[in-house]
Amino acid sequence: MEPLVNLTSRVAVIPEADIDTDTIFPARFLLLTVKKGLGRYAFHDRWTVSGVEAPGFPLIPGAADPARILIAGRNFGCGSSREQAVWALHDLGVRVILAASFGEIFRSNCFKSGVLPIVLPQADLDRLQTAGILTIDLATLTVAAPGLAPLAFEIEDWRREALMNGWDDVLVLLKTQADAIAIFEAARRAAAPWLFPTAP
Amino acid sequence: MPDGPRTLYEKLWSSHVVRDEGDGVCVIYVDRHLLHEVSTPQAFEGLRAKGLPVRRPETHLAVVDHAIPTRNRGGPISDPQAAAQIALLEANCREFGIELIPVQDVRQGIVHVIGPELGFTEPGITLVCGDSHTTTHGAFGALAFGIGASECESVMAANVLRQTRAKTLLVRVSGAFAPGVAAKDLILAIVGRLGGAGATGYAIEYAGPTIAAMSMAERMTVCNMTIEAGSRTGLIAPDETTFAWLEGRPFAPQGADWDRAIAGWRALPSDSGAVFDQTLEIDAATLAPQVTWGSSPDQVAAIGGRVPDPAAQGSEAAQRKTARAIDYMGLTPGGALEDIAIDKVFIGSCTNSRIEDLRAAADIARGRHVAAGVGAIVVPGSGQVKRQAEAEGLDKVFLAAGFEWREPGCSLCVAMNDDRLQPGERCASTSNRNFEGRQGPGARTHLMSPAMAAAAAVTGRLTDVRKLAV
Ligand code: SF4
Repeated sequence: MEPLVNLTSRVAVIPEADIDTDTIFPARFLLLTVKKGLGRYAFHDRWTVSGVEAPGFPLIPGAADPARILIAGRNFGCGSSREQAVWALHDLGVRVILAASFGEIFRSNCFKSGVLPIVLPQADLDRLQTAGILTIDLATLTVAAPGLAPLAFEIEDWRREALMNGWDDVLVLLKTQADAIAIFEAARRAAAPWLFPTAP
Repeated sequence: MPDGPRTLYEKLWSSHVVRDEGDGVCVIYVDRHLLHEVSTPQAFEGLRAKGLPVRRPETHLAVVDHAIPTRNRGGPISDPQAAAQIALLEANCREFGIELIPVQDVRQGIVHVIGPELGFTEPGITLVCGDSHTTTHGAFGALAFGIGASECESVMAANVLRQTRAKTLLVRVSGAFAPGVAAKDLILAIVGRLGGAGATGYAIEYAGPTIAAMSMAERMTVCNMTIEAGSRTGLIAPDETTFAWLEGRPFAPQGADWDRAIAGWRALPSDSGAVFDQTLEIDAATLAPQVTWGSSPDQVAAIGGRVPDPAAQGSEAAQRKTARAIDYMGLTPGGALEDIAIDKVFIGSCTNSRIEDLRAAADIARGRHVAAGVGAIVVPGSGQVKRQAEAEGLDKVFLAAGFEWREPGCSLCVAMNDDRLQPGERCASTSNRNFEGRQGPGARTHLMSPAMAAAAAVTGRLTDVRKLAV
């Protein structure tokens, strides 16, 4: 995973509330079994009407200077757990999403691909929408816009560390938890042996 | 975690903590994992790229449901992408030693139907699946939640996930349903009350006399749509109904293990005096059948109601959201819901494709006929449900009434297989999501119970099922 420490970029704004992951990545494209190159399907049915490009949608694949920061409406990424929603946005170049709240599974999925979801109050987001360019800094946990005082945001320490270092979650778990997992499993096997149909 | 009385959620959580990292963040153990073809290809690819094995293959069970056609099951799959995706799951399971239920097997079906059916779901365990409707399995008192593909990879490699403990929300339901009102109406009303993000960050426990009196099928319907209120976890305390339902199922503990398991499960229900962060009281006796009018599941009303007026909504954001939904759905503000004509009917999905659901729909369809110009399909949740329905003659009832009788799968719940609506088509559906494009680009979905969907099929419009005498 590509580390994310800080980022300055043009901002795309999709203010609509409750954008679900079916809208971000329509179900029919879930038949693809790859992870890369999914950006062309992001918000597909919002920017094309029967294959014709509808003007004005802020996140269109192939843009010359793609926005790497997205300001979205409340409850962004609700609904289906499909991680393709994150992979598609990442493929478009989006690395940071700001919203008043996120769908829980979507938020968790973001971190796995090096995308940072930032929760800020709607009033702050309304002001940032007009900023045009934002700077995000994970070292100081701030969002800065020209002419505005930097805003602080919070994320879990372990997630911040993983983002800043580009760590792979699976490898970290295996490396740091191996002993604890073995200890837990031994106790679990004793308490619920039917969950362990094979010998240790 | 406080000492003293504990909730069901707290008991499930604390019994799976591998490491407590403070601030509610814990590494938790995953006992069981269900896989389907859509959310796992990239997870297997991740394992392969890192050279990792599946840590405990016996804790995983795979099935094909999303991409599979629900017709002509014997022949080859005509969509090459779907065929490739299904073949890939088969190859991955072979390579990593995971049991896959074959497509032609009577045990095949929707992942959230077959998990419980096979006893793979049981009280007291943690169960995950790369699918948001994993909430369904909470009906058994399992800590069950949906995860993304990357987390599927973690579970296969290590049987653990790092998670943040949720707050708790008690939804206490009392009162008996009026005739014609079902578990689906209750959960639609709860989602409407909470809102689409109202329970985000919470684990819901459904309790109270109405829940205690429910069958397992009804409980699964309720827990299934927990995610539609933003919550990943919907729980119901296991009780005698749960135990009777599970006993003897293939993955359920047997013999002495069964007795030992039950003894542990009896200790799971929330202790009296356990404190929840929030409580919502619902009187089920006052509920009418519910239908959604908009493009998110919380945009719901009683069938006797009307399409709302955007101008009457509180905030500007609410006005915009309502107006957009009404526009997408092709409706008129203030119009009566019962005047809405439909093109298609879908009875199926992990919310409502169990035998009890099919019986409820068949009771309405019996002796009636699907309205002219309406296409209606019934898709059983699993091969076992299908077999049971046929043993009861329900297939004959549906076929005689002009419904199609299909093979098990997700079908028209999600527009990624052969079953798909055309742009602008309107569907009365027993599934769980009415998002824009969910049943096909430009398609319009109204969510409702199986009896209500059958009523819509025979009248050709949204209909209060109570007006059709059974
Ligand atoms: S029936 Fe629908 S909601 Fe359920 S698992 Fe299948 S696609 Fe998902």
